[in-house]
Amino acid sequence: MSSAAALTWFARHEIRLAWREWLAMVTGSRGRRKRAIIALIAFVAIMHLPAYAVIGRFADLQAPGKPELIVITATIFLAWALMLSQAIESVTRVFYARADLDLIMSSPANLANVFSVRIAAIALSVTGMALVLSTPFVDVLVIGGGIRWFSAFGVVVVIGLSAAAVAIAITVALFRLIGPSRTRLVAQIVAAVIGAGFVIALQVAAIFSYGTLSRFTVLTSDAAAAYAPALDSPLWWPARAAIGDSMVLSWLLAGGLMLLGAVMATFSPKFADTVVSVAATTRTVRRGPRATAFRGGSRQQALRAKEFLLLRRDPWLLSQSLMQLLYLVPPALLLWRSFSESSTAIVLITPVIVMAAGQLAGGLAWLTISGEDAADLVATAPLPPSRVIRAKVEVVLISIGVIFAPLTAALAFASVTQAIVTALGIIVATVSAAAIQLWFRVQAKRSQFRRRQTSSRLATFAEAFCSIGWAATTALAVTIPIAAVISGTMTAAILAATWKISPRRG
Amino acid sequence: MKSDVSALEVRGLTKRFDRPAVDALDLTVRTGEFYALLGPNGAGKTTTLRMVAGLLKPDAGSVSILGVDALADPVAAKQIMAWVSDEPMIYDKLTPLEYLEFVAGLWGIASAASGTSAHKLLVSLGLETHLHERCEGFSKGMRQKVALAGALVHDPRLIILDEPLTGLDALSARHVKGLLQERVRSGCTVIMTTHILEVAERMADRIGVIAAGRLVAEGTLTELRQQNGRGDTSLEDMFIALVDTDAAAA
Repeated sequence: MSSAAALTWFARHEIRLAWREWLAMVTGSRGRRKRAIIALIAFVAIMHLPAYAVIGRFADLQAPGKPELIVITATIFLAWALMLSQAIESVTRVFYARADLDLIMSSPANLANVFSVRIAAIALSVTGMALVLSTPFVDVLVIGGGIRWFSAFGVVVVIGLSAAAVAIAITVALFRLIGPSRTRLVAQIVAAVIGAGFVIALQVAAIFSYGTLSRFTVLTSDAAAAYAPALDSPLWWPARAAIGDSMVLSWLLAGGLMLLGAVMATFSPKFADTVVSVAATTRTVRRGPRATAFRGGSRQQALRAKEFLLLRRDPWLLSQSLMQLLYLVPPALLLWRSFSESSTAIVLITPVIVMAAGQLAGGLAWLTISGEDAADLVATAPLPPSRVIRAKVEVVLISIGVIFAPLTAALAFASVTQAIVTALGIIVATVSAAAIQLWFRVQAKRSQFRRRQTSSRLATFAEAFCSIGWAATTALAVTIPIAAVISGTMTAAILAATWKISPRRG
Repeated sequence: MKSDVSALEVRGLTKRFDRPAVDALDLTVRTGEFYALLGPNGAGKTTTLRMVAGLLKPDAGSVSILGVDALADPVAAKQIMAWVSDEPMIYDKLTPLEYLEFVAGLWGIASAASGTSAHKLLVSLGLETHLHERCEGFSKGMRQKVALAGALVHDPRLIILDEPLTGLDALSARHVKGLLQERVRSGCTVIMTTHILEVAERMADRIGVIAAGRLVAEGTLTELRQQNGRGDTSLEDMFIALVDTDAAAA
């Protein structure tokens, strides 16, 4: 097989793997390919409605001024940050999770070429996903503003290519700086912070300047326009390219391809070394020696201690918790500002907190209830299954309590009623998430967390709807209590319906 | 150190999946003996032992562990029993000592005594240099040893092991075999499935051969030879003859 043929063959292999991984993420099992594609098409079709609501007003934009350019550029930068976050995750997985590295490394193939293909495959998959997700938004712009908006797809491609290139550079730099054993955790945290950081920074700026959670307030302000560069600045190139400037788009595409090419040329030959160092050094994490006397306590205490220890050492959970905490920074700041001045915006804190608690509780509940690496050991332990489950649910409740109690306590200084409503909302959202996990529990390894949502689509949707429902209910409880009764009843009905159709019923 | 009460008494144990996996099985293992359960792949060995360990609910039959009805009172049965599967299930993010601390806590063992015995156990299995390392980097053999230490830390009276020597190097296998024989000498009962017939031949007091979910032969090596009609045949030859005969009959 010639070198070119071998590369083509490997590229096909990579694309097939990426496709099957994606399909497994979407379907959760085999034999549902058609349904997954139909669901994806339906999802993209439905997304046209919210896309129209968000972006429809920009379709007629012809000669944008600074405020419009700022908003479009910020949106593109946000999309880029999210793509970068996703790409870092993909690169990390290539190093740590691919089972075929030994096979590739022991083959007579040219490793620089092989890893070039793998880098290109990451860029392709990230770009492909970005194109799918951006389709509703670009469609809305094309329908409302003409075919010039098709060039926005070109900008999406540039975003994908450049995000993949930067992600590879960041990850390899992390390997060099802090070593392979720490890179996995740090890369996940960096991905989470990058993904959420931009939106949160805008919200924080909006709170400090205008006392609102809306990021658009900052972007459309006179201050932002005053600080922004002149209209002919290259900073606005992505925005101009999206609007239909084909010359600028060509430059950006060329720049994106060159950036990716440079990264491939620089890092592909060293990829093999990096992979070898991962295999050699991720293995030993030593704990400091400690006294051999074990802690005493009941069986449930042993279970809880084990769960807390594993949660503390879980890189995914750490990065997710950090992201949740980051999202809580803006409402916390809003809360702090409201001590000195009365603000109706403080009402917004309650649903944000309840929603964050529900989401985090869902992940925690999966890790503790379903994610059990030593299922046989726990099942053969001399205590009834109900007590095992109770101990695990307690861990979820305690963890959520520890994270959200300080914020709720601070809220009590601003409004006792709102703090009580928020606390109740957190408890109900957490219990709902834990209950859904119990009803749809499928024993799995903790490392399979990424695929948890594919084990039951129903559970995933129920978890999301309940979390949103309880957040809305608490928001209404502090504003329009009668509406909260309706919203709460509806959410309880969703929960009841979920139980009714769950496999654990009865 | 034999006693009148059987360590394990299984009567009419039945489990069906697509086909009968365990078919009205009767099995008795005496207290203080080393019992090897042999059989070809898919014969029903693991399914039988998983039902005994309380990991799988039988469709029919009874299981008694040292006089305790394991189906009626599973908690009491589990208290005196340990299970080690062929795929060591341990926590990657815990060190061997932390893992054993968890197991000791789960079985409600007094903390002062269990810490010292856990340490001794891990050292006796050759893990002294890895006591404070997380298990995520361990080889399969090391993981198997940690799992075995976990099974022994609460001093069970019945130890059930499913292919415990798979993936172990010669020295580790000798460590494990020595540890199990030591336990048997101190009165503990060991039931083990294995494909390594030489291990069964050397270690087991009695051997049971299972095929298609039924016990097709049982006894000491000498008894099995007599049943087979040849005094000098190897266990491997007998095993193949028994399993072949059963497959032909099926």
